[in-house]
Amino acid sequence: MSDVRIITGNEAASLGVKLCEPKVVAAYPITPQSALAETLSRYVEGGELKAEYVRVEGEHSALTVCISASTVGARVFTATSSNGLLYMHEQLHWAAGSRLPIVMCCVNRGVGAPWSIFNDQQDSISQRDTGWIQMYCRDNQEIIDSMIQAYRIAEEVYVPVMICYDGFVLSHTMMPVTIPDIESVRKFLPPYKPHTILSPEDPRTINSVLLPVRRANPEGVLCDGYMEMRYKLQAALDQSRDVIRKANELFAHTFGRNHGGMLWEYMTDDADLILTGMGSIAAEATVAADILRAEGVKAGVVGIRVFRPFPKDDVITAFGHAKAIVVFEKGISYGYEGALCSDLKAAFFGTDSKAPIHNYIAGLGGRDVKPRELVEAGKTTLAAVEAGRMNHEIKWLNCYTG
Amino acid sequence: MKDNIFKINEKEYILPGSRACQGCGLSLAYRHLLKALREDTIITLPASCLCVLHGLYPITPVTIPTLNTTFASTAASASGIAAGLAALNKTDITVVAIAGDGSTYDMGIQSLSGAAERNTDFIFVCYDNEGYMNTGTQRSSATPLGATTTTTPIVPKQDNKKDFIKIMEAHDLPYLATTSPSYPIDLYDKFVKAKRIKGTRYMHIYSPCPPGWGYPTKDTIRIGKLAVETGIVVLCEIENGKFRFTGRSKTLSKKGKKLPVINYVERQGRFKKMSIEQLNTLQTWVDTRWNEYLRRAEE
Ligand SMILES: Cc1ncc(C[n+]2csc(CCOP(=O)(O)OP(=O)(O)O)c2C)c(N)n1
Ligand code: SF4
Repeated sequence: MSDVRIITGNEAASLGVKLCEPKVVAAYPITPQSALAETLSRYVEGGELKAEYVRVEGEHSALTVCISASTVGARVFTATSSNGLLYMHEQLHWAAGSRLPIVMCCVNRGVGAPWSIFNDQQDSISQRDTGWIQMYCRDNQEIIDSMIQAYRIAEEVYVPVMICYDGFVLSHTMMPVTIPDIESVRKFLPPYKPHTILSPEDPRTINSVLLPVRRANPEGVLCDGYMEMRYKLQAALDQSRDVIRKANELFAHTFGRNHGGMLWEYMTDDADLILTGMGSIAAEATVAADILRAEGVKAGVVGIRVFRPFPKDDVITAFGHAKAIVVFEKGISYGYEGALCSDLKAAFFGTDSKAPIHNYIAGLGGRDVKPRELVEAGKTTLAAVEAGRMNHEIKWLNCYTG
Repeated sequence: MKDNIFKINEKEYILPGSRACQGCGLSLAYRHLLKALREDTIITLPASCLCVLHGLYPITPVTIPTLNTTFASTAASASGIAAGLAALNKTDITVVAIAGDGSTYDMGIQSLSGAAERNTDFIFVCYDNEGYMNTGTQRSSATPLGATTTTTPIVPKQDNKKDFIKIMEAHDLPYLATTSPSYPIDLYDKFVKAKRIKGTRYMHIYSPCPPGWGYPTKDTIRIGKLAVETGIVVLCEIENGKFRFTGRSKTLSKKGKKLPVINYVERQGRFKKMSIEQLNTLQTWVDTRWNEYLRRAEE
């Protein structure tokens, strides 16, 4: 009999962590992640999760603890939000550069200044180039399921994974979630095998200084230089697309739930208008698509599940036939446009897709976005295209720009 | 134990070919502390001269397993190693974090204080060469009053060095010690002792640096000794709150007389621009601390 519980996103994440059995957890509280850090403390103190919990004095240290514990051979977990993630920035690069399969949750929240504790995705978007795999969840079921997949993916390609889910919208909202059973999870997720274990049995200095040129080891064999190592990180991210798709398939086969590999599609087959986004706003767009369909507009949704590595081939297939595309983003690359929008345009460059892309910056700092408003945005875009206006546009939704 | 150089572990853990400067105080200290810590040790270290000493990938002269970490994170890195080892039931390995004064006194103080407050089971070693040497002798908060550095090039440093021992003592640690490569047996014994103790142990190594301080490379040992003779450096231990002098500082405290700090200052280029007022302030600073220690030793 399946175990269905009505729980918040943070509870789903906590249960996901428990099922994956990390040996070391380090976290520092920040809204809206705090409940996750608290629940994990309770699991560890109550003996439900056999792990060392390091109650660090800040997020930079939280990720450092994970990096070092992972280096001596332990599976690790951390979680944060917003300024906490920004505070980790240096260590995000360090973790990816060290090729450590760390899994963390980013409970998405706007970044200061000014302060906001509410949801948008500027925190994780601004860490896009740190070499982490980034997955965005659309509901609480996907959070727990992605956690289990994330460890499998990370430990296969030796790239850390950030599981992003929207603060409050998911983290504090209850919905029914099926909890996978531990035995099936153990089968799906083999024990962690580090690529290198730092130990007195095999003494070595890890992450020492490199020069621009390659250098030979004592046997005279030329070894990787900095650039080769960095290339390998990029190659691993490229390779991870297949690993992510396969993990999703195997997961679907084992647990009966398919969240899409790199992305998911909703009524896109015949869609003229495709709405897209990441996380809960993409889920909300499916409601908008239903409304549009009821009004006679052939609308569909593509939810970008994995933002890094970017699903460049998947998006060409998924969006290929659309006449118009609307990208809703809870973040922006300041001085240009939404980061997802830029990436989509780049992916379509040189293909047959000539669909104009309208970019809506929406929901910053928790500003409410209703399905109706997504519907209106979709209609406006489609009307512009049908009137022959083929230019790309960027707008701020529900923002009184004066 | 008798003060006998022959008791020191003969094995070398730094093979020939380190990238440190000639006459480097840190190298000498590192050699002896590794001898005391032996093989069952894991080290973590930040960007620093020690990172350079460890060599360029793929070759290192150091035969003890080592993890490089970022500048602010040395103690957190040790926390992670300790937690990982504990979780994997590898309890017989000593975890050691070693950082320069820059990443101890300045950027690393947060993670060090955090790890110490949690009484993380590790040894934190600060090798204090009184400046950011790796990046070219800039001022740190461990740079002494009156010293010229590349970021105090015209007006020599106006502020006293932080009393870091006091800061670490406020964390109620089971063991703190100061030592110097000029007294290798003192250094060796203290690390042997530290290794046997559980919890956070703080070791402060005063490490003369010829290029940074402006003295000939042959004088490293002498400068280190003068620092002790003048009371600039006090060799001591604080075990569960109990202070005691050790080695040469102990004999100085019993009989003998400290030399004036000028004897130490005049031998180093970095103090060339020091004013008489600064020299007097430094002397007062040293005397005040010395008297405080004398009082504590009698308690
Ligand atoms: C975040 C960060 N800021 C600055 C640096 C540059 N940096 C590298 S080593 C160093 C100084 C190290 O000084 P110290 O800790 O005293 O060690 P020493 O070089 O004297 O051995 C600095 C500033 C860095 N690596 N990381
Ligand atoms: S600069 Fe000073 S501390 Fe650094 S290696 Fe040279 S002598 Fe040693």
